[in-house]
Amino acid sequence: MNRTFLYESHLGLGSKFVNFSGWEMPIHYGSQINEHNSVRNSAGIFDVSHMNIFDFRGVEAKEFMRHVLTNDVNKIEDGSALYSVITNNEGGIIDDLIVYRFNNEKFRVVSNCSTFDDVNNFFESNIIKFDCEFRHRPSLGILAIQGPESEIALKNILKLELSNYKSFSFTERNKLFISRTGYTGEDGFEVIGEPEELQNIWDLFISRSIPPIGLGARDTLRVEAGMNLNGTDMTIKNNPFESNLGWVVDFSDIERDFIAKEKLLEIKNTNKIKLVGVLLNEKGILRSGQKIIKDDFEGEVTSGTFSPYMKKSIGLARIPMDISENANVLIRNKLLNVKILSLPFIRKGKIMI
Amino acid sequence: MNETPSDLKFLDSHEWVKVDDNTVIVGISDHAQNELGEVVFVELPAIGDEFVSGDEAAVVESVKAASEVYTPLSGKVIEVNEALEENPELVNTSPYEDGWFFKLRVGDENLGSIDSLMTAEEYSSMLDGNS
Repeated sequence: MNRTFLYESHLGLGSKFVNFSGWEMPIHYGSQINEHNSVRNSAGIFDVSHMNIFDFRGVEAKEFMRHVLTNDVNKIEDGSALYSVITNNEGGIIDDLIVYRFNNEKFRVVSNCSTFDDVNNFFESNIIKFDCEFRHRPSLGILAIQGPESEIALKNILKLELSNYKSFSFTERNKLFISRTGYTGEDGFEVIGEPEELQNIWDLFISRSIPPIGLGARDTLRVEAGMNLNGTDMTIKNNPFESNLGWVVDFSDIERDFIAKEKLLEIKNTNKIKLVGVLLNEKGILRSGQKIIKDDFEGEVTSGTFSPYMKKSIGLARIPMDISENANVLIRNKLLNVKILSLPFIRKGKIMI
Repeated sequence: MNETPSDLKFLDSHEWVKVDDNTVIVGISDHAQNELGEVVFVELPAIGDEFVSGDEAAVVESVKAASEVYTPLSGKVIEVNEALEENPELVNTSPYEDGWFFKLRVGDENLGSIDSLMTAEEYSSMLDGNS
């Protein structure tokens, strides 16, 4: 099993571990609920070094990105990041990712842990036609510092003044790559660097009582934030439009040719399925796989959990567009009432529903 | 370390059982609550429900997953721990006392099968074998 360079630190902090796609990662350090609420109310630090970093360089790096991503890097400036998906020729989602634009000839992509082979093969087979090279950067680690007090924590602990950096921008400081991005629905930063540097940062944050946060809370935070988990809320069998990700397919530049463009345009015009938020109005817990039923229509919960911040059960569900407002969910042979909601449930500590 | 009180009997599915004449109290072990993580919901049987040993009698859900609670003996539910509906975390904080699930009335003819359950010592060594 793979371990990150912080494994011993997690062990020392009393972490309980989980096998996450072949990586032995912290699920929680005692209380997933407290960790979750620390991120909503103050700040916490995550080790997400299991995720994959790819660096791209070449005179056609921008053209390559414009060809392989559904979203268009032309609309962001140097020093900015963009959320996108990559799809197969049928418009099926291979993975979601964040792309960072240094300049026209240099980009970085951070993608999920579990999809390494598919993503790597995708880049490898598509890059041939471009004057561009890429490499995987497994020696680099990633820390996420998330929560409303992230900016002040980075300032106090690392003497980094980041107030000028808006959401989805990034900078390079003292061998560190720092972006104002995350997967929690809160303000926050992700820091990429060499293990020695990141170990120091981790130790400093822990010594200053910033709590470590496990993947358990990472999952409940992202569900509250209405963010998809690849492999759970979407797979290769799903297109972006039925995954609440139509907004990352950018057709605005008619000159731009990107993978599955025609197919995605056709899907956009015919799609009858949506990914929505569901809130259980009764006692119980939504879980992935539960059926959503209304009249003759059926859908399915893709992610379900107890929301530590709202203290109710919430989830994401893929349902026909014909279902709206409310429906029933089948839990252990009982039909319970759910409210159908647009996402997110929570943004920056505020309940949106 | 996980506790395993010596006056209780255990199932390999991690329920504990306390026998007091014909009344049998059922809960889940310290090990089980620890594995589950923070309990956020418990679905209890109804008073009067009749179960055969091995039936699924309750459900316990943590943030991450749902697990069934099986009844160790055949009998009729005479009391449920209603406190768990408002405070499911009692399963974590007090698995052997305040976090009990339900009480069964077990007829004499079914009490004998209590001997087939594990003693605390046997349960502990089963856990040690797993780890």
